[in-house]
Amino acid sequence: MYQWDFHTLWQYRNIIFIGFGYTLGYTVIVVVLGLLVGLIAGLCRLSPKAWISGPFRAYVELFRCTPVLVQLIWFYYALPILTGIELTPGMAAVLSLTLYGGAFYSEIIRGGVISIDAGQSEAGMALGMTQFQLMRRVVLPQAFKRMTPPLVSQSIMQLKNTSLLSVLAVPDLLYQGQIIAHDTYRPLEIYSLIAVLYFIILLPATILAKRLEVKMSDGREA
Amino acid sequence: MDGAMISISNLKKCFGDNIVLKDISLQVGKGSVVAMIGPSGSGKSTLLRCINLLTVPDSGVVDVGGQSIVFDGKKTALPKARDLAKFRSKTGMVFQHFNLFPHMTVQQNVMEGMVTVLKIPKQEARAAADALLQRVGLGDRADAYPGMLSGGQKQRVAIARALAMKPDVMLFDEATSALDPELVGEVLNVIRSLAADGMTMILVTHEIAFAKEVADQVIFMRDGVVVESGPPAVVIDNPAQEATRSFLSRFKNSGG
Repeated sequence: MYQWDFHTLWQYRNIIFIGFGYTLGYTVIVVVLGLLVGLIAGLCRLSPKAWISGPFRAYVELFRCTPVLVQLIWFYYALPILTGIELTPGMAAVLSLTLYGGAFYSEIIRGGVISIDAGQSEAGMALGMTQFQLMRRVVLPQAFKRMTPPLVSQSIMQLKNTSLLSVLAVPDLLYQGQIIAHDTYRPLEIYSLIAVLYFIILLPATILAKRLEVKMSDGREA
Repeated sequence: MDGAMISISNLKKCFGDNIVLKDISLQVGKGSVVAMIGPSGSGKSTLLRCINLLTVPDSGVVDVGGQSIVFDGKKTALPKARDLAKFRSKTGMVFQHFNLFPHMTVQQNVMEGMVTVLKIPKQEARAAADALLQRVGLGDRADAYPGMLSGGQKQRVAIARALAMKPDVMLFDEATSALDPELVGEVLNVIRSLAADGMTMILVTHEIAFAKEVADQVIFMRDGVVVESGPPAVVIDNPAQEATRSFLSRFKNSGG
């Protein structure tokens, strides 16, 4: 019978705490930057001009159809050979997760904008609004309401994807766990703890997403 | 009637192979009310949408309030988006399905064009919106959201929203077609009062009785052409064309 021993882990609390901080920090960065990239890519893909929408379509497909782990390793090991620019593990991580998340965010944003009834745009245009005013005042405020639940889900994915940073020796929660496992020969306890920590962060987030979904579904329509 | 407020010449519009408007010319005097009737697919809604350029004509000239835009059929000569937007702000449009902004209150809906397009200060716009809501009989619903209103109330808000731009003309695209019969009257009352105030209006409508009552001129369209136009006493009561007669006969029994 296996003897559980969580007491040994107590002395590593600072290491775990640092990992926790890295995981959350990187999540915030890649979510914010990813949303920005996604907004730009999503809106540009709606352009009727092919020379604007085309390159963004290529970007989205490229990043949706390759595994994020492959992208991460490619940015860290392959890109420097191509460009001569050395990336730190952190930079490679932010770059790949931002672009990967951005590709998915952009599809959510594009879908949200398309889902708004054409009559809304016509009403804004009839008032003399420019395309920009129409987006900002009429379409996006309504579209964002509908986009919020899938955007939250995608952001949850982003947090989970930060665990891949351990591959580049970024001291996130999982990487710190690996260090502790090597040190203590207690992988069962530490990896269980890591799993529980992810769960504790994400459960409230998924509950929030569910709540938002329910709230949206009884939204008023004109 | 002093001078033309709307002047359309040689307007053409195709959607693919389908010719929707075939060389339409039309004059609407200042302060006059024109009712456009005709079977669905006759091009009357497209014509209305060409007047505020929500649908861009293939060729022809559209002139509203002395501002004219020429379409010569070449893609390169399309007016700039900003010029189109400015042109549109001078015409008020009321849609069949209201198209109110659901995320804004009734008052904010009416303020939106004034604040965003005309750059009127919020205080001033709010006062103007309240006055307009009073005018359409909804002064007490300023803080309601569109989703809480009946169809007739929504359409009256939509009229107030269009009026807020102080347009030269008001265009009504089947403004009562989506309403329950008992709610049609309240919207027609508002349109009637606008006519009495001398607003230039074009109504695309199936309310033949109302067209007869309120319009100075009735236009009957079919297959992208104006078949017949003139005072309601002529076009509705004594149509010269067989096509007009056969269309109107369908309304005789239903009472319009």
